[in-house]
Amino acid sequence: MDTVVLEGATHKKAGPGSVPGVPAPPVKRPKAKKAKKAVVFFEVEILDAKTKDKLCFLDKVEPNATIGEIKSMFHKSHPQWYAARQSIRLDPKGKSLKDEDVLQHLPVGTTATFYFRDLGAQISWVTVFLTEYGGPLLLYLMFYFRVPFIYAPKYDFTTSKHWVVHLACMCHSFHYLKRLLETLFVHRFSHGTMPLRNIFKNCTYYWGFAAWMAYYINHPLYTPPTIYGEQQVRIALIIFLFCQVGNFSIHIALRNLRPPGSKTRKIPYPTKNPFTWIFLLVSCPNYTYELGSWFGFTLMTQCLPVAFFTAVGFIQMTVWAKGKHRSYLKEFRDYPPLRSPILPFVL
Amino acid sequence: MSAPAMGTTKTAHSDVAPKKKRGPGALATAYLVIYNVVMTAGWLVIAVGLVRAYLARGSYHGLYYSIEKPLKFFQTGALLEVLHCAVGIVPSSVVLTGFQVLSRVFLTWAVTHSVREVQNEDSVLLFVSAWTITEIIRYSFYTFSLLNHLPYLIKWARYTFFLVLYPMGVTGELLTVYAALPYVQKTGLYSVTLPNKYNFSFDYHTFLILTMVSYIPLFPQLYFHMMRQRKKVLCHVEEYKTE
Repeated sequence: MDTVVLEGATHKKAGPGSVPGVPAPPVKRPKAKKAKKAVVFFEVEILDAKTKDKLCFLDKVEPNATIGEIKSMFHKSHPQWYAARQSIRLDPKGKSLKDEDVLQHLPVGTTATFYFRDLGAQISWVTVFLTEYGGPLLLYLMFYFRVPFIYAPKYDFTTSKHWVVHLACMCHSFHYLKRLLETLFVHRFSHGTMPLRNIFKNCTYYWGFAAWMAYYINHPLYTPPTIYGEQQVRIALIIFLFCQVGNFSIHIALRNLRPPGSKTRKIPYPTKNPFTWIFLLVSCPNYTYELGSWFGFTLMTQCLPVAFFTAVGFIQMTVWAKGKHRSYLKEFRDYPPLRSPILPFVL
Repeated sequence: MSAPAMGTTKTAHSDVAPKKKRGPGALATAYLVIYNVVMTAGWLVIAVGLVRAYLARGSYHGLYYSIEKPLKFFQTGALLEVLHCAVGIVPSSVVLTGFQVLSRVFLTWAVTHSVREVQNEDSVLLFVSAWTITEIIRYSFYTFSLLNHLPYLIKWARYTFFLVLYPMGVTGELLTVYAALPYVQKTGLYSVTLPNKYNFSFDYHTFLILTMVSYIPLFPQLYFHMMRQRKKVLCHVEEYKTE
């Protein structure tokens, strides 16, 4: 790799006195805070974490430059590596530095050496979410309307005679529509992107399960709940709706914790909305409510593939909840001790 | 795969870099030595059983019955290895080990045991012999490694025999599954049809076909992984002599 030398042109954080591309004079003019002190510029060299090749050398980097700004500078010399796919670290095997980290607060000398790792092609979270939720919405409807080549030809475009099948379609569609709208208008993401291969993995999971469930629920030989019949479906619907509202309430509460465009992290607390009171007992009630929704849907449809989907989702969400719970505990000394990750008192 | 994957999952287990032996404690080591010795002995019993049956009958056919019980016992016993990984006394991936052992157990019980008609097939002998030789070498390899006295011959065997045994085993397995297909379809073995109150269906016949198809992507990956391991282990033997 050729070493490219760039001027440390940090526009945003530059003081009023410094001009990009011009060597700073030893005595600054209107830099009020540092009237008497000379600004010590940093030099940054970026090495490949695996080969240790010198990839980039930046001189005259502002001491209060952030890693994010350094990433943009690196991107200029290596346009194929946009900032989202750069992992900059102090140690080749260490953890990635955050975009907000400030150069002078890092344990580096005035010549800082960073190691670069390519995270691979990245894709935005929003794109992934829209794709992975759009699929189930459409696929289920294809099975519901009995599009040709799924079931025997005599059933093409027929509708089920069971009212629970119509109800299930409405619930499933509502659920994924809600998710799509939340992705567009509610969620505030910490990371902009994830590795590209995730979209294939995630879509296979969501689309595959949706097709599998939809096949049986909308099958001409589908058997509606027999154990407690209509009563079962009614209770299941109530559980489902309750948990949908709950899940939405949590998403709104979490959104309100974080001002737009920021990446702050705060402990979530119960609000005036009763659906958020579950925060008293659980760290990740969004997962709790999600589990409840799918449990309701399982009960409503009495379909084994739905039970499998609920079980697998539960396992995955428990893993995520435990991780989140652990990071809450690590980050906040005063984290409420009564809370469990996903199930009150149990898990 | 279920084939003689000579420690595809266990390559981390003290062969490439025995110097970084942070391994299990003394009690765990003792247990693992006993486990591996017992397994080596078990598969030796199967090997001897096969040879004796062949000599007694004078032909290759129908040897399965002479070793059916020890095969089931010792192959199923390998499930413990998943536990070893889960508990941490063996530094391998639970998922990888689980997958391997499960596929062996699947072939032993869900195919060979369940479909009586295939038990006379020669393909059964093919994979049983491949498994037997592989396991004898693999378990003795672990035994010696744990005792820090690994003869080069065993290490060489483990990383060389698979070149023949792995394809041999895979062939035997695939032929056996293929032979089972018509019987499974005829009897509807392990299959569930609609309508039923759990709204679920499963066609074992199709499942077996999909299993066979899955060998296409999986087998080459595992085979080439072993070949890479072989290069790493056997070509750097000067640096890692454990004798």
